[in-house]
Amino acid sequence: MSRYFFIPLLLLLATAGFCLPAQADDTAALLSGLSGKSFKAKIAVVEKLAASGDARVVAPLTALLEGRLHKRKSDGILVIMTKLGGKRHIVDALSGAPLGEAKPRSFKKIRVNNRLRGVLRGALGALTLFAPEPAKRLSAARSMFKSAAADSLPPLAKAYLQETEADVREALARTLAAARLRHGSSEEKLAAAEILSGFPDQEVRDLLANTAQTAQGDLLQAVNRAHAGIEQRLAFFDILQNIFQGISLGSVLLLAAIGLAITFGVMGVINMAHGEMVMLGAYTTHVVQVMMQTYFPGAFAHSLLLAIPTAFLVTGLFGIFLERSVIRFLYGRPLETLLATWGLSLILQQFVRSIFGPTNREVIAPSWMSGSIEITGGLVLTHNRIWIIVFAALVFILLTLLIRYTDFGLRMRAVTQNRPMANAVGIRSSWVDAMTFGLGSGVAGLAGVALSQIDNVSPNLGQGYIIDSFLVVVFGGVGNLWGTLVGALSLGMANKFLEPYAGAVLAKIIILFLVILFIQKRPRGLFALKGRAVEA
Amino acid sequence: MVLAVRGVVQDNPYGDKLMITRRNALNTIAAAALAAGVAATAIPAKAAEDTIKVGVLHSLSGTMAISETTLKDSVLMMIDKLNKEGGLLGKKVEAVVVDPASNWPLFAEKARELIQVNKVDVVFGCWTSVSRKSVLPVFEELNGMLFYPVQYEGEESSRNVFYTGAAPNQQAIPAVEYLMSEDGGGAKRFILLGTDYVYPRTTNKILRAFLHSKGISDADIMEEYTPFGHSDWQTIVASVKKFASAGTKTAVVSTINGDANVPFYKELANQGIKAEDIPVVAFSVGEEELAGLDTAPLVGHLAAWNYFMSVDATENDTFIKSWHAFIGDKKRVTNDPMEATYIGFKMWTQAVKQAGTTDVDAVRQAMYGQKVKNLTGGIAMMNTNHHLSKPVLIGEIQGDGQFDVVWQTDGEVVGDAWSDFIPESAALTADWTYPWICGNCKKPSFTN
Repeated sequence: MSRYFFIPLLLLLATAGFCLPAQADDTAALLSGLSGKSFKAKIAVVEKLAASGDARVVAPLTALLEGRLHKRKSDGILVIMTKLGGKRHIVDALSGAPLGEAKPRSFKKIRVNNRLRGVLRGALGALTLFAPEPAKRLSAARSMFKSAAADSLPPLAKAYLQETEADVREALARTLAAARLRHGSSEEKLAAAEILSGFPDQEVRDLLANTAQTAQGDLLQAVNRAHAGIEQRLAFFDILQNIFQGISLGSVLLLAAIGLAITFGVMGVINMAHGEMVMLGAYTTHVVQVMMQTYFPGAFAHSLLLAIPTAFLVTGLFGIFLERSVIRFLYGRPLETLLATWGLSLILQQFVRSIFGPTNREVIAPSWMSGSIEITGGLVLTHNRIWIIVFAALVFILLTLLIRYTDFGLRMRAVTQNRPMANAVGIRSSWVDAMTFGLGSGVAGLAGVALSQIDNVSPNLGQGYIIDSFLVVVFGGVGNLWGTLVGALSLGMANKFLEPYAGAVLAKIIILFLVILFIQKRPRGLFALKGRAVEA
Repeated sequence: MVLAVRGVVQDNPYGDKLMITRRNALNTIAAAALAAGVAATAIPAKAAEDTIKVGVLHSLSGTMAISETTLKDSVLMMIDKLNKEGGLLGKKVEAVVVDPASNWPLFAEKARELIQVNKVDVVFGCWTSVSRKSVLPVFEELNGMLFYPVQYEGEESSRNVFYTGAAPNQQAIPAVEYLMSEDGGGAKRFILLGTDYVYPRTTNKILRAFLHSKGISDADIMEEYTPFGHSDWQTIVASVKKFASAGTKTAVVSTINGDANVPFYKELANQGIKAEDIPVVAFSVGEEELAGLDTAPLVGHLAAWNYFMSVDATENDTFIKSWHAFIGDKKRVTNDPMEATYIGFKMWTQAVKQAGTTDVDAVRQAMYGQKVKNLTGGIAMMNTNHHLSKPVLIGEIQGDGQFDVVWQTDGEVVGDAWSDFIPESAALTADWTYPWICGNCKKPSFTN
């Protein structure tokens, strides 16, 4: 087996298209076996193709994995289809020779199921273990962890010995140990268990637990020892992960609530349409993405960055419009405000539903926001959550600075603390009201941009957050941004620490109950405004 | 109208806390909402005697609008087609569309309105089980006829309802059997995730009993429920990963409802759960639900339905073509409840033709044994327990938001109203023909 691994290397180096005729026929004949219906037969073919070591099978196997391998209905030939700008380009599966454009329904897709997909990943891993690019070698090493067969032990060992990149070498060590634990001699198995205990992640835990089901004697002991060590490390990571999740949920709550902290907390307007401002922000993100896709496809990766100011402006201006047209007539009448803004929220929902339709809209996550980062094995943090935490922190800091240090912030505080006095010193309080409401709405729009990354972009988006937002603001203390921060984070933490024990439904109930109890004790929240602030 | 508005309050789980004065204010709210123009719209029926009236009872606003609007359009499309072909019994068919606004009590009220005020001959409607339970007494009291087009938890057979969606033995059980098979990965450990309401709870009860019968112990089953619209899935996905790394092949069975699915799948993708390692099979996720989602990281996760849009069959191609023409958008997808609506509507027209009248009792008798070509190339038949015989398909999510069928039953599966896996219901029979004439009996009743 091992000597065959030079063939792909040589072939990769050789010019494309050059190959030995006899081998070509074998491979082509094998490949055509993929077009059958039975997944079992396909798996056998893929295993044979992988064992042939022919480097040209990498392309068709990759295409098969990606669902791009098709059979031409007219002559049964296998092709790889690429969709580009609404057109389907096809090339011959083995030689890569272009065959022009395809008509729809004239090709039959070669189907893959999960089992075949696993085999394919393993096979492709074995074929690309010696690829010149480190990234390919890394993914090869990783994909072979689950599926490395007994005959891939020598090439894995060889790859490990000659690997120079540190991270690829580590991945190879892990995969090699896993393969040895499965297929090696008894000494190799013992050593492998020892090595694996240094990789505390869930895949390794799974493997060790699986081995323990059949192992005996020394090996069982070694495996159990390694498993216990990993278990301990993972339990510790669990706590770290819980803290991260708590902060993450807290940051989402903070984003959703901080706009409300301004409109409700500072201005005293019970704004039931706050959630719909969030929703409008999310839809603005969607529209910005669609526009970017049509007009500037090159800069699409930055669409989210552009959506941030756009959403702020759109929802901010809309907020000002609402304040001028509805809310300013209702100051000092909380019940009417509640009803009117609630009616507004229904109008906005149905309005968006009529324009965009009732179904979810897609907001594409840029690559820097999808996937996750592995801090160490077993501790995985998702990118989108990390960015949302950063974004929430930025929004909070900017808002605090704005209120504390700018002229507008000063006027805003003056108006909310003592309106007649502010008027008396020459502040146009009605103008400040409009701008403050606009600011609160704009911040809600910012929350919408962030939430479009983790939630549905649908007309109901806001409804899910409005109650939580009020909860945070009331709990944190009305009229205080710091209270909102602490309120959001503590609710997020409490929720995430309760959830593993109580389940999602009960955790929510418990939190609600605790907040009610708390409000009984401290009706003005965590950080009550002291002094002579005018009662709203 | 007041009810319509109250429904929205009820959607907020903590509504009462903040709106203490709610009850006193209801009338004001109603007035405000009315002014806002959110009044449920009923297209008034022209009181023409020579038309056949078909009621459409699907939510066009509120949380369920996302799914139900499509079904309303499907019924309208088929009525349109029927009229172009000359109508039914020489009369024109007319749709009476009402909007129950995702509000369960309003469903009952609107159903009564359809039957008593608008005098419709048949109703197509409902999505959630709770809305069906809400209209059930109305249809039974007024002897109406309802076609219910969504997969559901079973344990029901009403004389006045025809269930054209899947019963648990036409969806959940085959899906789990597939996961346990060699092709499906040979799973021996299961995670049952669901939204906290009647459909997931009952389905999981049936599944747990089924898994027990296959020798899987409670230690290898994890059951978790979340509130409606749950959006923070971090903890649950992390615990799925943990539960699945115990050395045995593990699969997730999801009865998570509509809105919560997108954040669930996003979290799944971001935490790097691959379908080869931990496959997720869903019973409420179809083409429509995937529309707002980048499916590239989800390739291989599964869904069990009786229909997929990708199925290569001439009936399906025709249906998709006419759907795109009717809705005027080539990007719109079709899904399983649409097929169920299609089958139900076709069966009803055939039964009406056969009976020569739209009288509910006559049509009901004509329904039994009625056959319609389903969209996947087979034949659907109505059984005397008011459930269909349909094929079961398992599909894997593809990068383009469609499903590829990876497994399907050899023939049609007869829908079972009362699950054999729940001890209390195993002995029950539903059969609305002589000598049974009942929906949940242990012995024939022999009388009407």
